[in-house]
Amino acid sequence: MTRRSLEPLLWLLFSAGGVLSALFLPVLLLLFGLALPLGWLPPPSHARLIAVLGNPLTGLVLFLLCLLSLFHFAHRFRYTLYDGLQIKHLNELINLFCYGAAIVGSVVAVYLLWNVP
Amino acid sequence: MNEQPKYTDFHPRWFRRRMSTYWWLKRWSYVMFILRELSSVFIAWSIVFLLLLTRAVSQGQEGYEQFLAWSKNPVVVGLNVISLLFVGFHAVTWFNLAPKAMVVRLRGRRVPALWIAGSNYAAWALVSALVAWLILGG
Repeated sequence: MTRRSLEPLLWLLFSAGGVLSALFLPVLLLLFGLALPLGWLPPPSHARLIAVLGNPLTGLVLFLLCLLSLFHFAHRFRYTLYDGLQIKHLNELINLFCYGAAIVGSVVAVYLLWNVP
Repeated sequence: MNEQPKYTDFHPRWFRRRMSTYWWLKRWSYVMFILRELSSVFIAWSIVFLLLLTRAVSQGQEGYEQFLAWSKNPVVVGLNVISLLFVGFHAVTWFNLAPKAMVVRLRGRRVPALWIAGSNYAAWALVSALVAWLILGG
């Protein structure tokens, strides 16, 4: 009964995470994963990143990005395992692994974002 | 089947044809579906990568420089290139799907799909420009 009532919330988190990850992740990956390591652009100074990360609004947006993207991952990956590998009988274990990882990741995100000087 | 079927008091087992684990290799559209589903793994990696960056920046100048050096590692760059492809694939398919998911009506008329997809792409461009400006500076 509880699981059935949780399902709409999980779909809501999935789609909110889908929007935020589609909007924010490509540019962030392009910059920090490619453009800066390969030297296409000079890396921003440490002071600048501290200033950006220390802004409460950035912190809030990054927290929402982490939380919702992780739940997006959890929900989609759960169905990848169901449909792709057809291991629906491991239902409980998959749910525990996917949503557990999302919850742990979100807590870690809060801790790390809170500790930005 | 020359054996007599067994009848029990319990619910009978349904006859279900066993699907191959590789069913999604049969058609191009199925492969695309599974690849789109797998993009979620790379979204998770991107978040981990960004959180590592956050931690490194919080540790001070030295931590930040160590992160920059680590991100030059060919394995990390390779993983990030693949992740960027998958995340981009997710973004494009997501925005293309938006008109089907969002039915907006204006004065009783349905807003054309192109407008909805277009506004999503505009938002994407705007957010990307804003993020790049915030990080790299004007």
